[in-house]
Amino acid sequence: MTVHAIELRDLHKYFGKNEVLKGIDMTVEQGQVVCVIGPSGSGKSTLLRCVNLLEAPTRGKVFVEGVEVTDPDVDIDAVRRRIGMVFQQFNLFPHMTALQNVMIAQQRVLKRSKREAEVVARDNLDKVGVGAKCDSLPGQLSGGQQQRVAIARALAMNPSLMLFDEPTSALDPELVGDVLTVMRKLAEEGMTMLVVTHEMGFARQVADRVVFMDGGVIVEDGAPAQVIGDPRHERTRAFLHRVLHPEE
Amino acid sequence: MADQPKTAEPGRARLSPRKKQQVSRTIQYVVLIAALVAVVLYADWASLAQNFAKPDVARQALPDLFTIALRNTIIYTVGGFVFSFVLGLLLALMRLSQVRPYRWIAVVYIEIFRGLPALLIFLMITFLPLALPGFAVPFGTYGQGILGLGLVGAAYQAEVFRAGLQAVPKGQTEAARSLGMSATRAQVTVVIPQAIRMVIPPTTNQFVALLKDSSLVLFLGVSGEYVELAKFGNDLASQYANATPIMVAGVTYLIVTIPLGYLASRLEGRKGRNR
Repeated sequence: MTVHAIELRDLHKYFGKNEVLKGIDMTVEQGQVVCVIGPSGSGKSTLLRCVNLLEAPTRGKVFVEGVEVTDPDVDIDAVRRRIGMVFQQFNLFPHMTALQNVMIAQQRVLKRSKREAEVVARDNLDKVGVGAKCDSLPGQLSGGQQQRVAIARALAMNPSLMLFDEPTSALDPELVGDVLTVMRKLAEEGMTMLVVTHEMGFARQVADRVVFMDGGVIVEDGAPAQVIGDPRHERTRAFLHRVLHPEE
Repeated sequence: MADQPKTAEPGRARLSPRKKQQVSRTIQYVVLIAALVAVVLYADWASLAQNFAKPDVARQALPDLFTIALRNTIIYTVGGFVFSFVLGLLLALMRLSQVRPYRWIAVVYIEIFRGLPALLIFLMITFLPLALPGFAVPFGTYGQGILGLGLVGAAYQAEVFRAGLQAVPKGQTEAARSLGMSATRAQVTVVIPQAIRMVIPPTTNQFVALLKDSSLVLFLGVSGEYVELAKFGNDLASQYANATPIMVAGVTYLIVTIPLGYLASRLEGRKGRNR
């Protein structure tokens, strides 16, 4: 039996008295691409952030490749090294060039030599199509370029899975495609990906599974053709209708 | 509804706002000119020049004004600045620490040293050898002056750093942690460098404040080669019974402080554009 890439067991998260996650059970298998969709405030970003413990779950367990990350004795920094994360707001380090952004954690965390880190960094920046922008500061790059540098930064750590938290939501519409193309390529290479997104086209074409969340619970979980194409629950139908026909 | 305020009726005998402003401005000019005329007529210019700007007394200040006094002012200021920079950063990190007692210690320190007159701190430093027999501040008078400026400056610099650290977005720490950096590593590599960049303009102002406060070294009872600008001017003024050396010292301060002030506001402007 192979271990699950991610397993969530009865996950609860409170912010104060507000219960944001109300008992989530879910697995992601190695090499799977799972898209989480749902209205804002449904808890999907919180769910994602619980996987690498940027949010500490109030109750329940999180396993990453069989290791219980909610165990207080686990070395969370070591777990996070294997989990790449991409944020809505990119969160590049503004005082470093694109190249330095991709090198710094390799050097400080993986203790790679400067030369090795630079080789890996350039490879990954080339791979996401911003190899020509190595010496630019984040402030000099477009949103789409920044987000691709952020993806390269995560990939340079050789993660075994990637978390994407609404990676295209802060982008101008014409820049969304570049980022999605990179993500699609990653998926084709077999990267395990958990993606919170509003891009229904991407979810439908790339995801192995789509999870619909609402009000802190998983309402529907299945193949994209089923969840997006033929939703069983009224809440899913209503949400998809609002997303796909925003002007009605 | 009955009584409308009178001003609500336009075009009446009352002055319009624009006319009123004109009258007010004319009055301000008249007052200013009257004050200037009074000063010119009643001030004893010859005596003032004699006491505050006597060229041959001013000449006596050279070259020691620069080779000793300004040099020492800079030594006290730079030393105190480095001290306050390091201690201030430490205090700011303590102030934001998860460990509650560290927060308390930082708050108490900051409140005390911002609340007391700097002069009082300097006076206390002169009593340190009495309080702690056998203890001497290293580097003599330089050490004492730097200690006083550093202790006071650190309290202000800590608040400057705290603002800077808090202005670094939370996403920066999250990105660093998600790459596997420890909390300390994330602070050192990602947060603190950004915070320091952000606080360069207020820190320049802090430097100017320290430069001025370095005049308090006067109260350490310094002499000879340790004197800085204020003490130097004061000693020379007593010697010649003439205030010119104090004016000379003042101009020397301004030569340093005004460009630094401009530098700070330029840096502030540049930061604004980069955002």
